[in-house]
Amino acid sequence: MAKTVEGLYYSESHEWVKVEGNVAIVGITDFAQHAMGDLSYVDMPEVDDEVEAGEEFGAVESVKAASDLFSPVSGVVVEINEALEDAPELLNEDAFANWIMKVEMNDPSQLEALMDAAAYEAMCANQ
Amino acid sequence: MEENLLKTCLYDKHVALGALMSPFGGFIMPIQYTNITDEHNAVRQRAGMFDVSHMGEIYVSGPDAEKFVNHVFSNDIAGMEDGKILYGMMLYPNGTTVDDLLVYKEFEPNNYLLVVNASNIAKDYEWLCAQAEGYDVKVDNQSDDWGQIALQGPEAEKYALEVLGLAEAAGLGFYTYYRTSDMVVSRTGYTGEDGFEIYASHAVINEMWDKLLAAGVVPCGLGCRDTLRFEAGLPLYGHELSDEITPLEAGLGMFAKVKTKEEFIGRDALVAQKEAGLTRKSVGIELQDKAIPRAGYPVEVDGVQVGVVTTGYRSISTDRSVCVALVDTAYTELGTQVEIRIRKKVFPGIVTKRRFYETNYKK
Repeated sequence: MAKTVEGLYYSESHEWVKVEGNVAIVGITDFAQHAMGDLSYVDMPEVDDEVEAGEEFGAVESVKAASDLFSPVSGVVVEINEALEDAPELLNEDAFANWIMKVEMNDPSQLEALMDAAAYEAMCANQ
Repeated sequence: MEENLLKTCLYDKHVALGALMSPFGGFIMPIQYTNITDEHNAVRQRAGMFDVSHMGEIYVSGPDAEKFVNHVFSNDIAGMEDGKILYGMMLYPNGTTVDDLLVYKEFEPNNYLLVVNASNIAKDYEWLCAQAEGYDVKVDNQSDDWGQIALQGPEAEKYALEVLGLAEAAGLGFYTYYRTSDMVVSRTGYTGEDGFEIYASHAVINEMWDKLLAAGVVPCGLGCRDTLRFEAGLPLYGHELSDEITPLEAGLGMFAKVKTKEEFIGRDALVAQKEAGLTRKSVGIELQDKAIPRAGYPVEVDGVQVGVVTTGYRSISTDRSVCVALVDTAYTELGTQVEIRIRKKVFPGIVTKRRFYETNYKK
């Protein structure tokens, strides 16, 4: 069973969100990295890019396939995790310790549409 | 849907090994047992085995067998010696590809084994039967009766000899085979490494699989079969070849004998295509970036699409992002600068050869 972390928000497309003030820190879940297998590339947005809730903002790639990433919230990218450019495998090693982007949210109420850990685990159990 | 998928004779072994199973060519097949990278490296460095029982085996026999096979096959089988194997294609009259296949000359007159892609078995059989009118031949689809293991890698011969006791395998030349009372052993493969493809009954294939597994040969899924064949510059039907792509466009003209053969289906179209000049050709492209070009992504020059990726990976053996693409002829010179659109961005690349890994065949 893939692990989850309490206190985070989760999307149906397997991203997690940690909230610090008005900034959403976004990554992919352990379930997602496990389903993808060994990751060889992370396609990240650029700082100052605008992202929209539910819209694609990048992708993670394994040997076999590319999987789009969907932003759980709308806002402006304020930082990306540059360590992933050379070491995408960090997401396999610990998907929750290694975030992908930080977004300055322009509508924090969008968080209410996301799941908590228990709800997300229940969804994964059915997949 | 899933209920209609066929199972190979080794299906239970794959499930017991915990393989990730997925549909391919009408079968439910193992994609990976552990992970694609480890299985890929096992074949490059030691030995791996693949269940390729999904491949089709169609026999053509009868007084007109040689004439008929040469009529439907792009390569030239005239005077082919017993125990030899030739690669080539069956073509439509317009020169595009019905399938790519191996033809085995049997150890008796007027008898050929055609080994075809799983996804094309029914189509090929129907095609052959339809073309056979007026020829005194029997076309016999025996695909359901045969299992097949591909034993591949630099240590493949060692395992064939020591574990399977296939003494004759040692002296077997590339693209030749021998037959025993219960199996066909050929020095062929789809990985760019030395190795064998072994055809036998379901029971014999199951015994061999168990012996090889116990001896430490790594079971390998279709995931790394694709990364291996891709690096070695080998085409996959549905990607580099299809019913919209001719062998000339795919860079496989050496397997279509338009000069030495007077007649085969599709020949006239290939001659005409040669005379008119190819409008597009298959090339390799290497990216500087780590982004991965995948099948279907556009190849562009100055923002205009000039081609499309047919297969692409982060090459496991070379750690480079590379692909094969079908590109307008104007942009196919080695060293030509192109771009590949990957999602929202374009990445610069240069045109290379289609083979990204130096093959290690036994000559």
